[in-house]
Amino acid sequence: MATQTQFHVLAVDDSLIDRKLIERLLKTSSYQVTAVDSGSKALEFLGLNGENEDEEMNSSVESVSAADEDHQVGVNLIITDYCMPGMTGYDLLRKIKQSSSFKDIPVVIMSSENIPSRINRCLEDGAEEFFLKPVKLSDVNKLRPHLMKGITTKNEMQSNTNKRKGSEEIQSPDRTRPRYNELEVV
Amino acid sequence: MDRNRLRNQVASMRRSLFDQGYLDDQFIQLEELQDDTNPNFVEEIVTLFYNDSARLIQNIEQALNSSPIDFCKLDDYMHQFKGSSSSIGAKKVTNECTAFREYCNAENAEGSFQQVKQEYAILKRKLEVYLQTVRQASQTA
Repeated sequence: MATQTQFHVLAVDDSLIDRKLIERLLKTSSYQVTAVDSGSKALEFLGLNGENEDEEMNSSVESVSAADEDHQVGVNLIITDYCMPGMTGYDLLRKIKQSSSFKDIPVVIMSSENIPSRINRCLEDGAEEFFLKPVKLSDVNKLRPHLMKGITTKNEMQSNTNKRKGSEEIQSPDRTRPRYNELEVV
Repeated sequence: MDRNRLRNQVASMRRSLFDQGYLDDQFIQLEELQDDTNPNFVEEIVTLFYNDSARLIQNIEQALNSSPIDFCKLDDYMHQFKGSSSSIGAKKVTNECTAFREYCNAENAEGSFQQVKQEYAILKRKLEVYLQTVRQASQTA
């Protein structure tokens, strides 16, 4: 399948305005978008109806991982608001990371509140990025590497049968990690 | 002729909205998302904002009029109001929301919600006039 298939992003936000905004931002970036207003609707869309997901999937787990998982629902990335009634974005992140079928889908969290402990917790628990609202095009541009990584990973999975290795390799340049100044090594 | 005049008017109104701090960069983001495939994006999202704000204002006033005041709910509404005004670049309204929220957090609703309402009403009026002028300018042959 040589040609560009569009990436499909699932956007989750309880605010209608923010949903419209993120949808436009994503579509402008040529992504296919599904926007839902809650974590539970997101899980529903993914086909994860909660509790017994893993048990149900056990019998068909061979076919799911052998086949192209993403084509089941075709979601390549999930971007979610943090503050939502009922299930927060963090809760959703956890549920996705605990799911055998979907744990490899990159998850990005958005929040209007700049709370470092919140941000760190999300990143530590598997979120790829944390965007402060209001979200801009420059933020959405940061999604592409995470989506491309998904393609590489899939190719690796199809050629080996290993499950993917640790995901720490690709860091977004904005992460605050000490960078060695290579010029010093002379 | 008319078209040029209208266009100049649009430009000057727009500049003034930014200079006077009613709008910030986020509004520019909205404008940048408008194109031939989505020619009415700004107007659509601003309209959503009006509707959303009307609902929130009503809820907030109701919350303020109840006894005892449910500060948790109030904070939730204010969070939403602040969020949506920030998303469209309504700078002054966002700031007023922040200020009022601090009062709420101190469980002191003496801080005037009227100020939030007022700032919102001013913005709405200015935006309506501005967007109407934009429409006229684009329609004039």
